[in-house]
Amino acid sequence: MELNQYLSMFIDESTEHLQAINENLLGLEQNPEDTSIVHTIFRSAHTLKGMSATMGFEDLASLTHEMENVLDLVRNHKLAMNSFIFDCLFKSTDALEAMVQDIIGGGTGKADVTEIVLALKSIVSGDYGKGEASPASAAGFSPGGELDDFQLSILEQSLASGFHVYRIQVAVQENCVLKAARAYMVFNVLEQSGEVVKSIPSVEEIEQEKFDRTFTVYFVTQVDGQTLEESITGVSEIESASAAGLDSDSLKGWAQPAESSVPAAAAELQEAKAQAAAATAAPARPAAAQTNAPVASRTIRVDIERLDTLMNLFSELLIDRVRLEQLAAEIRRSDLVETVEHMSRVSSDLQNIVLKLRMVPVETVFNRFPRMIRDIAKSLDKKVDLVVTGSETELDRTVIDEIGDPLVHLLRNAVDHGIETVSERIAAGKNETGTIHLRAFHSGNHVFIEIEEDGRGINREKVLQTAIKNGVITKEQSAKMADDEVQQLIFASGFSTADKISDISGRGVGLDVVKTKIQSLGGHVGIDSKWGLGTKFSVQLPLTLSIIAAMLVRVGQEKYAIPLSSIVETAAVPADRIRSVHGNKLMDYRKAVVPVLSLEEVLDVPKHDEAGRAEVNMVIIRKGDRQAALIVDEFIGQQEIVLKSLGSYLTQVFSISGATILGDGQVALILDPNALIK
Amino acid sequence: MAEELKVIVFALGREEYGVEVEKVKTIERMQPMTRVPKTPAFIRGVINLRGVVVPVIDLRERFGLETSEYTDNTRIIIVAVNDLEVGLIVDSANDVIDVDSDSISEAPELVGGIRAKYLRGIARIGDDRILVLLNLSEVLNRKEIIQLEHLED
Repeated sequence: MELNQYLSMFIDESTEHLQAINENLLGLEQNPEDTSIVHTIFRSAHTLKGMSATMGFEDLASLTHEMENVLDLVRNHKLAMNSFIFDCLFKSTDALEAMVQDIIGGGTGKADVTEIVLALKSIVSGDYGKGEASPASAAGFSPGGELDDFQLSILEQSLASGFHVYRIQVAVQENCVLKAARAYMVFNVLEQSGEVVKSIPSVEEIEQEKFDRTFTVYFVTQVDGQTLEESITGVSEIESASAAGLDSDSLKGWAQPAESSVPAAAAELQEAKAQAAAATAAPARPAAAQTNAPVASRTIRVDIERLDTLMNLFSELLIDRVRLEQLAAEIRRSDLVETVEHMSRVSSDLQNIVLKLRMVPVETVFNRFPRMIRDIAKSLDKKVDLVVTGSETELDRTVIDEIGDPLVHLLRNAVDHGIETVSERIAAGKNETGTIHLRAFHSGNHVFIEIEEDGRGINREKVLQTAIKNGVITKEQSAKMADDEVQQLIFASGFSTADKISDISGRGVGLDVVKTKIQSLGGHVGIDSKWGLGTKFSVQLPLTLSIIAAMLVRVGQEKYAIPLSSIVETAAVPADRIRSVHGNKLMDYRKAVVPVLSLEEVLDVPKHDEAGRAEVNMVIIRKGDRQAALIVDEFIGQQEIVLKSLGSYLTQVFSISGATILGDGQVALILDPNALIK
Repeated sequence: MAEELKVIVFALGREEYGVEVEKVKTIERMQPMTRVPKTPAFIRGVINLRGVVVPVIDLRERFGLETSEYTDNTRIIIVAVNDLEVGLIVDSANDVIDVDSDSISEAPELVGGIRAKYLRGIARIGDDRILVLLNLSEVLNRKEIIQLEHLED
């Protein structure tokens, strides 16, 4: 089948729908009476079902089908949500996500979902209260309400006159084409040896194929159960038949209204309440419905590789632009000059847009967190509110792809080790629900992501003890350390690999991994904690990995770019300020002695006349708290440059971290200040 | 069973060489290059190939042949081998021919000053033409750059 071309579309859309279901379920949990949310979830589930069926992912389709059945009851006020239903729906969503993941990984999206399907079915049949422990053992059904008084009396009379009464459950095969016909054949077989008193669903419904895969019959006969089962399974495309012999007592059990009438009554009560709430909240509802209405899509999906190609083509164009500018300047025809100027303006706007195309809101990462926090909090029996702000903040796609894992780590940490248990919070005089703020915002050329909670904070003494024990620091060092230095210790790698971490407030497990990851993205993690009041992790990230601000300098006839992030300042210094000590050049710079490096020498730039200059141009760079001064010939200026790799043939060239293409089409190399400072 | 091999023919000095056409991406004229410091001498630098930065090797230098001035005929053959993309500077490139794989024989120890490990073989074309086929993965062996780098240290 030619479905492969739709596969990526299917994956994108199903991920989106699953995300929507997840979010809306969370919203519904906060606001169980809002049926408009149920409608939205239903629509997503419905679309998902349709898509999966079209693509041939049957397991996905059948699971969403069951979800739909449950949601349908809820939206028609026949069922009130409760925590069991929520859990089931969440589990179903998880299962669906896993299946979609499988498809993404090239799998077939098949999964064993019988248990969830049974649980969902038990919700539809109104029986989940009992079946919860083991829905499979009760086969999705349990005593209650299947027989009316009349049928009961017939069956009881049959029993009294020495007949067997069986409750037979028949399941047709999953791929059965003519379910109704098969059911008819089963009835035929049965009628040869006895009488069907009742069937669920009714015979009419079965004839119209209004049943899923199973149906149940009450059967009066003199034949024994096993023979019955064998004769039924003799019909082709019948998967299984189980005949349970009933006695008078068990018959009554099936006849009585469900014993789970207590939850049912509660459900009714809730429904009444919901209706009452709906009535009072009537004016507010249309507004709510409006916000939930799906907004017509104004976006299209583009393969990131195409964007890269666009970007490359665009830099080609820029090269021609520079040539045109030069030609126009030579020819000096005013209308040509004007046209070229206009083209320059248009192309720089175009450049901005091309760069922006790669930007994605952090929302795509953030939106999985509410659900995660809910689950962790639930499993730890804590109460946690997650407040997300700034999710519209945009970051480059490459950063977005990488940032998820470290954030998950930090958030888990916040719930697990930061937020106290309810009793601890009450004892500390805090609100029993802890709050975690997840914020994203732009600042300059960076995006900040903050995770702040009002939990227990970091215990300085315990951190120090552990750090000393694990040999991260010495006792002497520990006495002198400032609070923020102590807090930084939890990122130390020796700290996290130790066994006894969980003894202290627990922080430190794997945080070194977080730090490494963020640093590899050119970012930085800060930590600020107040004992008893909470902790804030602050992650600083570059807007994009592909564009950096740099200072372009000339050394000899060559141009190099130095990342602005590691430049302290530039200066023109009288040549006699540079001193030579043991063959090393040094300079007094702002009351510190700074080593001086001649880029010409470091980079073996073809020699030219450097001596005899009265003033030397310097770029002061820094790595951590160490500094160095680089001698250059000329400052060309500050510029945003597009990072390019040198390719896989030239890896790890000393002091060069990459390359960029300048406006004139020439390649300029980017210096790695970290390699220059030893 | 003889197979036809399509090769791009280029010249280094008086010798003719060939690389398989599927390994060649494009052939470019000589263009300005950016020197990359602290790399072996045969790496002439990097060029901007339609937005992609590509390293360029001077093949004469790579094989330890006598170097010569670049002329109007000088070409950069951009080859791609095992996700390495590299440009090779050659004296000229001007032919594509089919080579019968039966006509390829093993290369002697040294051909025109080039060690045999860089060569895949020698093909005889017609009566008087000899084509030296390059073993590109050996020519682009990164281990050698790294060794050279260490020598410089």
